[in-house]
Amino acid sequence: MTMTLLVARRLLHAFLLILAVLVLNFLLIHMAPGDPADVIAGEMGGATEEMMADIRKTYGLDKPVYVQLGVYLTRALQGDLGQSFFYNAPVLDLVASRAGPTILLVATALLFAIFVGTLLGVIASHKPKGFVSGLVTVVSVIGYSAPIFWTGMMLVILFAWVYPIFPIANMYDITKSGGFFGRVIDILYHLILPSLTLGIVYLAQYARLTRASMLEILGSDYIRTARAKGVAEVKVYGHHALRNAVLPVVTIAGLQFGSIISGAVLVETVFSWPGLGTLAFESILARDYPTILGILFFSSLLVIVANLITDFVYRLVDPRIRTGG
Amino acid sequence: MRKTGIIAAATAMLMTVGAASFTQAEEPKSGGTLVLGTTQKARHLNPAVQSGIATAVPGTQIFATPLRFDENWEPQPYLAESWSISDDGKSITLKLRANAKFHDGEPITSEDVAFSLQTVKDNHPFKSMFAPVTGVDTPDPLTAVINFEKPHPAALLAMSSALLPIIPKHIYGDGQDAKSHPANNTPVGSGPFKFVEFKPGEYIILEKNPDYFIEGKPYLDKIIIKNYKDITSLALAMDKGEINMYPFLSSTKDIVRLKKNDGLVVTDKGYEAVGPMNWLAFNTNNQYLKEKGVRQAIAYAMDRDFIINALLGGQSKAATGPVVPGSPFYAADVEKYDVDLDKANAMLDEAGFPRGDGDMRFALTIDYIPGQAELQKNVAEYLKSQLKKVGIDVELRASPDFPTWAKRVGGHDFDMSMDIVFNWGDPVIGVHRTYLCDNIKKGVIWSNTQSYCNEEVDKLLNEAGLELDQAKRIALYNKAQEIIVDEAPLAFINVLPYHTAYSKEIGNPPVTIWGTMSPLDEVYIK
Repeated sequence: MTMTLLVARRLLHAFLLILAVLVLNFLLIHMAPGDPADVIAGEMGGATEEMMADIRKTYGLDKPVYVQLGVYLTRALQGDLGQSFFYNAPVLDLVASRAGPTILLVATALLFAIFVGTLLGVIASHKPKGFVSGLVTVVSVIGYSAPIFWTGMMLVILFAWVYPIFPIANMYDITKSGGFFGRVIDILYHLILPSLTLGIVYLAQYARLTRASMLEILGSDYIRTARAKGVAEVKVYGHHALRNAVLPVVTIAGLQFGSIISGAVLVETVFSWPGLGTLAFESILARDYPTILGILFFSSLLVIVANLITDFVYRLVDPRIRTGG
Repeated sequence: MRKTGIIAAATAMLMTVGAASFTQAEEPKSGGTLVLGTTQKARHLNPAVQSGIATAVPGTQIFATPLRFDENWEPQPYLAESWSISDDGKSITLKLRANAKFHDGEPITSEDVAFSLQTVKDNHPFKSMFAPVTGVDTPDPLTAVINFEKPHPAALLAMSSALLPIIPKHIYGDGQDAKSHPANNTPVGSGPFKFVEFKPGEYIILEKNPDYFIEGKPYLDKIIIKNYKDITSLALAMDKGEINMYPFLSSTKDIVRLKKNDGLVVTDKGYEAVGPMNWLAFNTNNQYLKEKGVRQAIAYAMDRDFIINALLGGQSKAATGPVVPGSPFYAADVEKYDVDLDKANAMLDEAGFPRGDGDMRFALTIDYIPGQAELQKNVAEYLKSQLKKVGIDVELRASPDFPTWAKRVGGHDFDMSMDIVFNWGDPVIGVHRTYLCDNIKKGVIWSNTQSYCNEEVDKLLNEAGLELDQAKRIALYNKAQEIIVDEAPLAFINVLPYHTAYSKEIGNPPVTIWGTMSPLDEVYIK
């Protein structure tokens, strides 16, 4: 019974969240001066009065905002995200074609941050006053306090001018043709800098988090017991201590999924990564309301799904949660 | 028959052959990929319903037009192998090529021409191009007779570049709205290149049309148009050789930088028809700016040479009137408003605005288009300091993005604004709109946002729009420009320093009046 209730409550929350995101953003974007007709006229190098009226009529912009909102929400609830005002394509197609790169970027960055961050944290906890520990602290502070776009731009400068070994823009080189396998390698090659930039902030946090909780747990009774009964030190760290120490990392990583997506907007812009972030940025400049809302709709869904995954991983790592205790 | 295209075509061919014999040291060869970089993002690929550079560059590769223009403003045969204008100027007869086919194998007929012209007339933002067209007769599949209610000298130019793409009736004639037709994203044309892939905001891939109606062309196997997010990364890509052509390059800093690259050629040819101008617009409804003397005084206070040489690195030409230099309709003999601060001060005194508090006469705001700092913001800042010298207190009004600016200026909510406006080849298309009284349309950007109205100018422009005799037409435009420049609804500054940068391995670079907005069927990779 409690499980059903839990799921129902979750779904209701999710629904309300998406509704709030859509309504708030719909109103916000309509408050910005200028509308798609101005943008389209600008793109065309001029337009006539009739034409601009026609554009507004086609997109329903001649109606009051609340009517537009009503129409939009009714359609969105039926799964119709509408037609992009700027591009001659359905929003769903645009979002679908851009979602892959964003998910790839965010997932890579997150996994990189979790694994490397945890590893660094564990190493640092081994000798809390040692060199590695000090290094982790320094890197963490820098990684955490440097704005993501700044890190990105510094990497661009470094790899564009000083060491031109990594590509600094786009997801792959369309002029190269190496078949499917070649394309995959090319994408991975292009993925290095953006995921590093996005991951480094979170890596720093996870390293510090792991270090702190490892230190706490390593001092607890059951670790002493494990050591006393002769468990190998590697197993003490890997099996006994880390399993508990990683819980806060999982919690934080799940909570931060929303912020990592907004970080992706900046990273995508810096590295011309053809994901949702770049599309969102362009759509705002183009006053392409349906596309912006479509992206927000999709990102809210992503965050909700990410939270569900977090719950699942939580249960996987910590058996106590599974039993409902 | 008043003028036959065949003769014009023959002479032009002779001229091209003559020119070719000493410029072309080597034979063009087939193969290779042209990678063209741009920051302009195409909404879709059908220029019949969408003007602007972003659609025109790929659009002119995919769709052929009846005519094309060479670098001397002379019409050349393209889809139409010949054309003729009736004596009264009220009809143009096009003879189409018999071997022209769409990319899907369907032959092109006069029906397609009639259908395309109607689509453009109904949907294209440049209404003046085909407004006088009353209909198109199709006596046989290869003959199209375009009828006009009055002579329309702009028609020939309006049948070139991206302005009259011949679109397939068998695809677009299905009753769907042409503006949002799904085929706009997967176009079928008859031009030198076929559509392969379009990723909005990312890239466009085109490949050679093997059945192109001009034998032996195009030379290139493929054209890739890559979108870049900003001009900095685009210039970097050109410098590093990631792309081999960068058209519409306008940052003077980048022009100077790319000129230093030995592997590149940087040319300003190919923008004569676009005729892009940078100017300062006055809202003539403003209580101060409604005085002609005040507008002239501001024009005299501005040092055009300083703007061009110091702010724009000497990479740009001066603009002195409504039509760009390089166009046959350019008026050289007008007031140039060479800088004269004493004169400006005297004129402002005379206009009845003496210096008052803080030595200032009155205050004005100036807007500018965001995102083009070099041409717009920097010049606006310069004008602020310059106008202070003549006692006008100027405040810069920044806009966060284009629509914000467009709303202000289009809505006549401004005092002065920097602006960029294109001539688009024939004055009827791109010049009249800025000055005609009946084009004062609130809410429409690049209409007569200055609210300038002069009956004599109206009369001259309308008359010039009907005049078939080129010499008489030029005289009418000269007269109109003289009056406009004198009345100064705008202070003309410079022609946009548009350049094309291309790798030295490119042969036959696009240098006609339409530049890269014309079929690149002659371009080859050495």
